[in-house]
Amino acid sequence: MKTVIEVRNLSKSYRNSVALDSVILSLEPDRIYGLLGRNGAGKTTLMSMLTAQGFPNSGEVKVFGEDPYENEQVLSRICFIRESQKYPDSFSAKHAFRSAALFFKNWDQELAGRLVEDFQLPVKRTIKKLSRGQLSAVGVIIGLASRAELTFFDEPYLGLDAVARQLFYDRLVEDYGRYPRTIVLSSHLIDEVANLLEHVIVIDKGRIIMDDDAESIRGSAFTVVGSADKVGTFLQGREIIHTDNFASLASVTAVGTLSRAEKTEAAELGLELAPVSLQQLVVRKTISAAGADLGASKTSSLEVTR
Amino acid sequence: MTGHQVRALGSAVLIDDSRPIFLQIAERIEGDIIEGTLQEEAQVPSTNAFASFYRINPATAAKGVNRLVDDGILYKQRGIGMFVATGARAALVQRRREQFFDQYVQPLAREARKLGIEPLELAEMIRQSETATVHGGAS
Repeated sequence: MKTVIEVRNLSKSYRNSVALDSVILSLEPDRIYGLLGRNGAGKTTLMSMLTAQGFPNSGEVKVFGEDPYENEQVLSRICFIRESQKYPDSFSAKHAFRSAALFFKNWDQELAGRLVEDFQLPVKRTIKKLSRGQLSAVGVIIGLASRAELTFFDEPYLGLDAVARQLFYDRLVEDYGRYPRTIVLSSHLIDEVANLLEHVIVIDKGRIIMDDDAESIRGSAFTVVGSADKVGTFLQGREIIHTDNFASLASVTAVGTLSRAEKTEAAELGLELAPVSLQQLVVRKTISAAGADLGASKTSSLEVTR
Repeated sequence: MTGHQVRALGSAVLIDDSRPIFLQIAERIEGDIIEGTLQEEAQVPSTNAFASFYRINPATAAKGVNRLVDDGILYKQRGIGMFVATGARAALVQRRREQFFDQYVQPLAREARKLGIEPLELAEMIRQSETATVHGGAS
């Protein structure tokens, strides 16, 4: 299958800080990707490089098989909705939609109109005077209605309440189902978006620490709770990514899956098994990555081995 | 969470984090066929409809549905949609019965042992629950 994005050894630093460190990525068409990671992990920098809004120090970026820099052919097929998208001062949402309609050849005015109603967006008010949530709604509407072959949403939900966010997710699934395209969704609210993603990329301190299908990540780790020594015996030989101790109890998260026999054994030992959500897994992984930075013994625990 | 608990919520709530979503989708459809909500030869909603309802990725929904196609539980009619195969219900009931001991009887017996409930006592409890209200639980 032809890839939409190919990134080879991409590095970028700002003065003293490394924003991206030898990133290698390859994105396939018509999938919804989650780009997850903490603040400052490099998500926005990565998306800026992919949309030719910043220059890497080294490495190679190919979008639709071409170098995106000053490449109108490529850029006209990309829509990038930034967390704090800027619009000209005099613009109203209506103006913004009109410009988007000129730029994006797949623009669907009817969809835009429906979304305006859904979000109850005042389209004639100047964007300067909109609330933070309404400003985010403008971005979300442009991102969806542009139907660009490659759409980036960088934390698109700032100021949107839970109802409006759900509306965004619902419309995204609906419209993507009808018009499949490549979507990269960067988010902190991992639990909210986890089920929408087909593929998950986790970035931490400029490095990709996870790049896997959402379905194979689901169930790729589990937590065992029980008396510390029994938990220890039960998990012997397994890769541990997190341990919590409380009195004589331990709650330990390990990589891998359990067979039915092992589950029965755990139950016989009086151990409780709990699933690990994508959000928990990402938190665990980014924490253990931080631990590795602090000079803890360098293990391969950052990578999911399977 | 069991299928029944999830269904009692009566909404698009689904998904336990320990297992792939496509499996859970497949099991939900299987459950609907076993319970008769989806009759044999009835049309099954499109994968996009499943995706919207459960708020999941459409590719994941498609994977769940395709699994049932591979199993011969559903069949595709090109350009029209997806249907429940004749004989699907009997096949599913047979499979579920085979899993029943592992999934339900063993955990039940284990918990009973822990609480000192004798097998005969347990059998009596099951008999009682049969005569008690079948529709209990959901308020």
